[in-house]
Amino acid sequence: MNRPKPEPVQIIKERRDTALRRLVGGIPYIRFLGIQFDRRGDELTAVLPFDEKLIGNPFLPAIHGGVTSAFLEITGMIELSWSMLWEEMEKGSLDPRALDADHLPRLPKTIDFTVDYLRSGLPRDAYARARVNRSGRRYASVHVEAWQDNRSRLFAQATGHFLIPNRDPKE
Amino acid sequence: MADPTPAQRFIEAIPHSRALRMHLEEIGDGRAVISMPWAEELVGDPSTGVIAGGAVSALMDTCCGAAVMSYPGAKGTATLDLRIEYMRAAKPGQRITARAECFHATRTVAFVRATAHDEDTSLPVATASGAFTMEGAK
Repeated sequence: MNRPKPEPVQIIKERRDTALRRLVGGIPYIRFLGIQFDRRGDELTAVLPFDEKLIGNPFLPAIHGGVTSAFLEITGMIELSWSMLWEEMEKGSLDPRALDADHLPRLPKTIDFTVDYLRSGLPRDAYARARVNRSGRRYASVHVEAWQDNRSRLFAQATGHFLIPNRDPKE
Repeated sequence: MADPTPAQRFIEAIPHSRALRMHLEEIGDGRAVISMPWAEELVGDPSTGVIAGGAVSALMDTCCGAAVMSYPGAKGTATLDLRIEYMRAAKPGQRITARAECFHATRTVAFVRATAHDEDTSLPVATASGAFTMEGAK
């Protein structure tokens, strides 16, 4: 057997982490809400650390419904962009080091987004994961689930449709 | 300024509404108008400077909640579900204004519709419809 030697793990990790950092780091609103992304292989988990400015009901207190909606929408949009980036990276057609502020992947546009509020968001960290249920040439349908203390007790879930950007080669 | 109504206090007491610098323009009888300025930190797409959909949905959610709170007899509310449709990108730099109407409420549920415009009032930036819990209505 004459198999090519696999790439060192650090190089692969560095490439994937760079791609994720460039994708997420360029978006001001993600910074505004303080959202971070954990990566295990291709799986992303969005983390929203609790902050006073996220409160919508100061008497309970509870996270603002709009923050919940924004958190889920960002998770869905990043998951969709990431799944496309991942595919290109694995094929070798994309070098994440070429992704700088002027050469970020074009982001999907939200067509519609429906949020199902299951419980009030408590004043603590929240997590979310998205699943791309269908991604065609133009449209994608993405489902997102969000929880706080228990993975099985969701506090919100959402479905959204996105318009996929043209995948023209970057100029 | 007139005495703040419960609905006015409702928006002013919300930390996230303050963080987004929301301003209550009109309220009463199941209707609310709330606006929010464009801000660099709310940009969702750095290549265009367009505000993030999530920031628009936070405005819509607040406006819908305020409309429910101003419905006669309402004492409290929470979002059950909210659907937003994004018709077009909001122009960078322009103020966004949401208008919500609670067009029907039972003792337990309020039904709300909303639209959001930038300074071009012809085509909305987004529309929303949702169901909210209704506490205290007869």
